[in-house]
Amino acid sequence: MKNTTTTDLLEKQFQDRIDRGESIEPKDWMPEKYRKTHIRQISQHAHSEIVGMLPEGNWITRAPTLRRKTALLAKVQDEAGHGLYLYSATETLGVSRDELFEQLHSGKAKYSSIFNYPTLSWADMGAIGWLVDGAAIINQVPLTRTSYGPYARAMVRVCKEESFHQRQGYEIMLTLCNGTEVQKQMAQNALDRWWWPSLAMFGPPDAESTHTEQSMKWKIKRKTNDELRQQFVDITKPQADILGLTIPDPDLKWNEERGHYDFGEIDWEEFWQVVKGHGPCNKQRLAARNKAWDEGAWVRDAALAYAEKQEAKRAEETAPLQKAG
Amino acid sequence: MQEKTYEYLLLLGDHSLILGHRLSELCGHGPSLETDIALTNISLDLFGQVRNYFQYAAELTDGKTEDDIAMLRYSHEYKNSLLCEQPNEDFAHIILRQFFFDAFHLPLLEQLQHSKDPRLAAIAVKSLKESKYHIRFSSQWVKRLADGTDLSRQKMQDALAHLWAYTTELTEPTPLETEIHAAGIGADLAAVKTAFDDRVKSVFDEVNLEIPDSKYYQKGGKTGVHSEHFGYILSDLQYMQRAYPDMKW
Repeated sequence: MKNTTTTDLLEKQFQDRIDRGESIEPKDWMPEKYRKTHIRQISQHAHSEIVGMLPEGNWITRAPTLRRKTALLAKVQDEAGHGLYLYSATETLGVSRDELFEQLHSGKAKYSSIFNYPTLSWADMGAIGWLVDGAAIINQVPLTRTSYGPYARAMVRVCKEESFHQRQGYEIMLTLCNGTEVQKQMAQNALDRWWWPSLAMFGPPDAESTHTEQSMKWKIKRKTNDELRQQFVDITKPQADILGLTIPDPDLKWNEERGHYDFGEIDWEEFWQVVKGHGPCNKQRLAARNKAWDEGAWVRDAALAYAEKQEAKRAEETAPLQKAG
Repeated sequence: MQEKTYEYLLLLGDHSLILGHRLSELCGHGPSLETDIALTNISLDLFGQVRNYFQYAAELTDGKTEDDIAMLRYSHEYKNSLLCEQPNEDFAHIILRQFFFDAFHLPLLEQLQHSKDPRLAAIAVKSLKESKYHIRFSSQWVKRLADGTDLSRQKMQDALAHLWAYTTELTEPTPLETEIHAAGIGADLAAVKTAFDDRVKSVFDEVNLEIPDSKYYQKGGKTGVHSEHFGYILSDLQYMQRAYPDMKW
């Protein structure tokens, strides 16, 4: 009885801190559920960055110019960097990077479903930057003020870089749309394929979203899935108009009364199919991650063994000094 | 001499272009996030150097661009050494290929910073800083793999047995390199070779790696005679420019 009371009190104090806008740090007391929710969310985010390297990595060797090649290479490298500091943020909650990798590689952990779609043309590098990074920014900017300090700080840097990537992607689209007829078609085709998966990135409709309420309380979330999705459509439609491209949704039109665009129904059946592992590239994405990890095992072992040998050598060198002292 | 300078810039740029390409194939597939990021950094540095060389080279032509030079030549017109095009067999091959290249590239750039051609000298000064980082990375990893586990040592020795044959081409001057050195523009490859040998010996000695006792070497890349791998590199590298000619990207 006494324990329950103590926990209740701690939880109340904890929630009060969040409500006051204080940041929760790794060594602070936190409810177990808060810790677990954060491990799940931050690691999913980290996994998405790492798996997200693959579809764009697919075009690095075939980029059309040296300038585009280096920009794409740097972008994919940024994603590795995001993965790195998001895994580090997750580690502050008492779980190791190796454990998190194990969850990803075994298929237990989820990552953003968008990366299970294939990149079929150079225009996909534009569409991903414009739409996928654009959607990610809308999802992530509120997280720069989330309650868990290490996550919020990581997100500040992630968002700065994502916003650069988004402009870069849009600029690729703009160049294509100012180019030849073939290039315009390439751009339109990419938009046709990436539009709906990008809308689905905001997650299921609010009525079916399981985590929203608790997440709002902890400020992991500040707006609902549907609010964020609406925001994305409202921002993106005028951008498509500038490009002279058509968004593949016959129901998309301005609603004067709401002051927002209305848009058509997302194919949720397809969404769940991809989430459950049956999208066009789920298997090859996981296979690529597993291959890199398995083939890297002897390298990581070697680095560890070498470090231990060096450590032993140093200890041996300093030992006589200690004895003499 | 301007034509020779042009050819020499292409040779220098091609080493970096093709090795940069090989490293860029690895992005997203490294053995750890840290090595993935580091190898991509090296790739980015090399592509940056390529752009400096080719932008300069383009100015010496009637209206070619850096991309025309990088992506629209025929196979025999590329002059990179065979070492640079060797495939990413495994991490030991990747690291050792990098180490051999760096052990050649660093003294090469040290010489080129004193080139009579001020533009080339300036590119070398900038590239030199990067190359110093590259060799620190690659020589550290040679040591880790050679003195890590039994398996890693075996893999390093296998890589050495394969790659050693491609090392002499780096420092064996072609007629172009002899001529451009005599004109005070290009590097003295004899001095580069001495530095290369010293560096390899000192790193190998630390971890008891032995230089293979073989007198057989492979060459050809620097005169445009490449390996069977090379056509596939070009299929990727040139894909967009060949499939969609004369467009802006």
